[in-house]
Amino acid sequence: MASTIRVRATNNGDTTEVQALIQHPMDSGFIKDAQGQIIPAHFIQQLSFEYNGKSVFLANWGAAVSKDPYVKFAFKGGAKGDELKISWVDNKGATDSTTAKIQ
Amino acid sequence: MSATMSVTRNIALAVVLVLAIAMPALAASEADFKAAFAAAEAAEKQADQLRNKWTTTETQLAAAKKAAAAGDFDAATAAAKEAEALAQASIFQATSEKERWKDMEIR
Amino acid sequence: MRTAFSLASICVLAWLAPALAADKPDPVADQKAFQNFFIKKFPKVKYEDFVNGPYSMDEGLHRQWEEKEQFPPYEFAVETGKEMFATPFKNGKTYGDCFANKGIGVRQNYPTFDEKEGKVITLELALNRCREANGEAPYSYLKDEMASLTAYMAFTSRGQKMDIRIPSDPRALEAYENGKRYFYTRRGQLNFSCATCHVQSPGEHIRAEILAPALGIMNAMPIYRSEWSGMGTTSRRFLTCNSQTRAVPLEPQSDEYRDLEYYLSYVANGLPISGPGARP
Repeated sequence: MASTIRVRATNNGDTTEVQALIQHPMDSGFIKDAQGQIIPAHFIQQLSFEYNGKSVFLANWGAAVSKDPYVKFAFKGGAKGDELKISWVDNKGATDSTTAKIQ
Repeated sequence: MSATMSVTRNIALAVVLVLAIAMPALAASEADFKAAFAAAEAAEKQADQLRNKWTTTETQLAAAKKAAAAGDFDAATAAAKEAEALAQASIFQATSEKERWKDMEIR
Repeated sequence: MRTAFSLASICVLAWLAPALAADKPDPVADQKAFQNFFIKKFPKVKYEDFVNGPYSMDEGLHRQWEEKEQFPPYEFAVETGKEMFATPFKNGKTYGDCFANKGIGVRQNYPTFDEKEGKVITLELALNRCREANGEAPYSYLKDEMASLTAYMAFTSRGQKMDIRIPSDPRALEAYENGKRYFYTRRGQLNFSCATCHVQSPGEHIRAEILAPALGIMNAMPIYRSEWSGMGTTSRRFLTCNSQTRAVPLEPQSDEYRDLEYYLSYVANGLPISGPGARP
């Protein structure tokens, strides 16, 4: 199955700008379905971006983040052609990860 | 509909609404409710044929049914009368808009 | 005496003529007037930008949207739609077999008027008919699969100009007029017509939203709405707009909705397809 993570990392000399779109229902656990039953909480708890084995961005998420989250940030460093590793873990213990080349 | 007629019609609607609100002083019977609900449903059916029902009419009809099921015929009759007024207003809207829409037309 | 009489009658006819002309349906003139109305009202908006709805009305929103377009939320739907298009039905046929050019780059021609049936055919309707003709159950018109399919088809038509035809069939003209009438008719307890928001008040706020202009409002469909946290089709939007004015919505793909889509798409002829879109 295709990765749930779409990422684009662009290096501009000193800094690298990263954008990512992650496919995930991000159910808060507060919403009811059409039958009136609570849709169980199902959301990413941790999202991490690593460069050269070091964490450049770490997010600890809860129920307030919406479906299919989009993240954008920049970090000092990075170089064209180098790899960025992205991974997430959700409250059900599911994970996904991918690597992207910095452009 | 001429201007005088529509004014009269508006007054009639207003009277219906005022009466509907003033009514609680007299206790409503199940028969009162059934009559009011039948009238409301008939009006809503007409609105449906005109393809112009209002969501608020439907809500009042549902509220009337629920109150009647709980035995509160005062509330049920009041809701049914409100539903009828709303349905009548939606019928009025459907018929008056047949010409009025041209006022907004760009061309 | 006779000259005076003929002069008088000519004057009366000349005075009546514009009224008579306005009574006879003239979609070409309608379209020109419709487009000019918005172009005049918003002189700073680039012509093609009207298809971007509220983003064309507010600079701040436009910048946010430009960023979002780098990683658009409708991307998943387009991919799903592409997969669906490539997957044959149980009988071996595909969606492509139901459309011209295998369904690629044809979205801008919809809705069309089917002269055999005497009715407007929208893209959503054509897709479900394709399914039923090939022994498959129809999809809901509001979201999910239908949104993915139309998202993919819209994507293959990006940049193409809206190109709706009204054949010289009185029923086609009638459908166009029905759509126009529906657009301007007030409905619901709030007594709003489509025009109340999208002709009288584009660029203004309704609660926290900025209203889109009616010009090109179909060009971005289907849309990923943040409000829905998901995709929605043209059908979904028509239904929700109705209920927002406290009007009980009609059935998806009712004649009124089909005709409405026909009218709105026709008056946007010449504007590029920008779908699928993202909206607040």
